[in-house]
Amino acid sequence: MSAILGRKIGMTSIFTEDGVQIPCTVIEAGPCPVIQVKTVDNDGYNAVQLGFGEIKPKLVNKPLKGHFKKAKVNPTRYIREFRSMHLDVKPGDLVTVEQFSKGDKIKITGKSKGRGFQGVVKRHHFGGVGMTTHGQSDRPRAPGSIGSSSYPSRVFKGLRMAGRMGGKRTTVRNLTIIDILPDRNLMLVKGSVPGAINSLLEITKQ
Amino acid sequence: MNTLDLVETMSIERVIEAKKVKEGDNYNEIPDFKPGDTINVAVRVVEGDKERIQNFKGIVLKRRGSGINQTFLVRKISNGVGVERNFPLYSPLIQSITVVKKGRVRRAKLYYLRGMSEKKIRQKIN
Repeated sequence: MSAILGRKIGMTSIFTEDGVQIPCTVIEAGPCPVIQVKTVDNDGYNAVQLGFGEIKPKLVNKPLKGHFKKAKVNPTRYIREFRSMHLDVKPGDLVTVEQFSKGDKIKITGKSKGRGFQGVVKRHHFGGVGMTTHGQSDRPRAPGSIGSSSYPSRVFKGLRMAGRMGGKRTTVRNLTIIDILPDRNLMLVKGSVPGAINSLLEITKQ
Repeated sequence: MNTLDLVETMSIERVIEAKKVKEGDNYNEIPDFKPGDTINVAVRVVEGDKERIQNFKGIVLKRRGSGINQTFLVRKISNGVGVERNFPLYSPLIQSITVVKKGRVRRAKLYYLRGMSEKKIRQKIN
């Protein structure tokens, strides 16, 4: 299985020859140096460690500097491990978008946009109580009752309520690659992907 | 130029390039047209395995969007019924756009033409 790290650039659309307009996300993916290859014998599990993104040398601390030096690669801003990636790479190799091809189904993981403290209507798709029922008065977007009285005398764990929304690790599966532009390290994916512009994305083939 | 613009320019060029190949000598560049102009849009219609050209002639009510997402809205009166159609400017289905008549209007969006008679429209945009 192939994997790569990328940066979300933005969305645009593309026309097919028969006139269908496809919305797509542009991702700058790679080139990612392989920093470490972990094996069951050595580390207890199989994984490939990839780096991505530029970073000023003075921002890299000494332990990490040594880690990069061991693999003979320039320091990168992000380091991520992929457990299911094939292991026929060695530290110092460059992973590029060329390992993917048009029409591949991929899985993209990113950090979703933070929405702040949100109510239940936005956060959990509640319908909102009307105006003056379910224990509320003149609060149309309130959650309504959150449980009964003397029994159980408490609110059940995991009850959906208002709170912080977004800013979480989110995965979208079954995305299709529309196009690959290897000379610019770009990948065009049908539909939207999690996260804000310029945020880090983990891309794996399904 | 940022990367997103670059990708957009590239996909626009790709559509135009494909059109040039398909039309050969008949290829027309997209003309400069504005709301208020009367234009003729030649649209490719695919029926089964046959392909034919359908003309849609009317007044441009608006242009919107930027880059590859640009669209324009054309309104015509067909058998006494007003018909409006939105076209993506860079759609591969558009064979050609020709400006039939230039109009002179003072709005970017001509929604006010919708309730008017043809005679009134003629007076208004000339």
